[in-house]
Amino acid sequence: MADRAYDVVVIGAGPAGLAAASRAAESGARVAMVDDNPNPGGQIWRAAAGKSPKEAARWLQAAEANKVEWIAGARVFAAPEANRVALETLDGGYELEYRGLILATGARERFLPFPGWTLPNVMGAGGLQALAKSGLPVEGKKIIIAGSGPLLLAVAKYMRGHGADLRLIAEQAPQAKLLAFGLHLAGHPGKLVQAVGLRAALLGVPYLTSCWPVSAQGSDKLESVTLRRGNNSWTKPCDYLACGFGLIPNVEIAALLGCRMSATGVAVDEYQQTSVAGVYSAGEATGIGGLELALAEGEIAGYAAAGRNDRAQSRFRARNSYRRFAEALEQTFSPREELKSLAHDETLVCRCEDVTLGRVRACSGWREAKLHTRCGMGPCQGRVCGGAVEFLTGWRAESVRPPVFPARIESLARE
Amino acid sequence: MGDAIRLVVNGTSVSVPAGTMVSTAVAMAGSSLFRRSVSGEARGPLCGMGICFECRVTINGRAHCRSCQVPCEAGMEVRTDG
Repeated sequence: MADRAYDVVVIGAGPAGLAAASRAAESGARVAMVDDNPNPGGQIWRAAAGKSPKEAARWLQAAEANKVEWIAGARVFAAPEANRVALETLDGGYELEYRGLILATGARERFLPFPGWTLPNVMGAGGLQALAKSGLPVEGKKIIIAGSGPLLLAVAKYMRGHGADLRLIAEQAPQAKLLAFGLHLAGHPGKLVQAVGLRAALLGVPYLTSCWPVSAQGSDKLESVTLRRGNNSWTKPCDYLACGFGLIPNVEIAALLGCRMSATGVAVDEYQQTSVAGVYSAGEATGIGGLELALAEGEIAGYAAAGRNDRAQSRFRARNSYRRFAEALEQTFSPREELKSLAHDETLVCRCEDVTLGRVRACSGWREAKLHTRCGMGPCQGRVCGGAVEFLTGWRAESVRPPVFPARIESLARE
Repeated sequence: MGDAIRLVVNGTSVSVPAGTMVSTAVAMAGSSLFRRSVSGEARGPLCGMGICFECRVTINGRAHCRSCQVPCEAGMEVRTDG
């Protein structure tokens, strides 16, 4: 495919990307929106059987009406020179030239290793949801949902609605923190309605706080999960364990471009511009904050990238209020210290290269672990083990080098 | 859901609704093992969103395709590790 040039290129077509692309295009920019997935909407608006929520439909229509060019199934794997990104699709590789770039790369689940977590049918909470939304029948399946955060409840509601035999929701956060969070919700009526709706939908499903899985058992696939709460532990048979300990931002492309990081993700100024001029970031990539914050940040980034800072300012107030909610979210659901002892020395941390925690811990830092054990050097490039290693050892990945995703030789040869 | 699509998973014909991802078709065909890890462990999908590479399968002869990112097409031939 031929290389193409745009005023604004948006990477990621979730809520932040859609809002950014629509606002930039509406302000007169020629916009392309790129995503790895076959359909826009991101993980949260991943269409289930062709249906998407009303708000999603509104943004999808806005992008289309404003003639945003949609590039599906394309991964950005390199930034060969200033103002250019290299993409790969199933049909080959090409480059996009931009004047403004908006990184709306979203987040992934934080996985914490425990014995048995590599067994088939132990998945992320969002992972099982994604599979179910793409047609996996869950009716009658025994499911345990575990980990942390509001996503657990959303997934539980979906599974329940599709006839799953939901056995337990295990939330690692303590009850006291959840109560404080509940009080905070009162300041956000929309969130409160959502929370009450979730509770009603989950009537009868045990929801245990300060509870987490300590091991999964099975031969070649999951058969049972052992859970712990205080001094009690017990084992429950199940077909699927959906387990995720919150979300972590996808910052690889930003890091590749040399953008500065903050404590929560990609660092941005009030117009969502990163430390690299002309490169913006919005949504979960800048810090986990949920749907409304992602939309507000996306709108601001879209307006600003198209040169309309005046319009961007109109969303500042909304964004700041949603940011306070994000802070409460972080305080409530941050993983507790005890989870650091979930993985044993012989537990695999890196699933790509089958590296145990013991081997990683014997190293002095990320660099040595990569060189000596190949931890983080497989196809996922540390996307799964990176969050776990950071939580378990405190090491933060030092540098990102292209290709940020495994790419075919033909695509690399173009560079 | 759209019309049914027929594809072949490990030699067995499977019918799925249009829009179904290959990962789901593999699971519906009864396989929870998608690939063997470097040390031979059974593995299946983890993230469901193209990040973890655990759901890699061979599609129409092309190895290492992330099955959770590829929609099913009529006549597709999918193989998992044994």
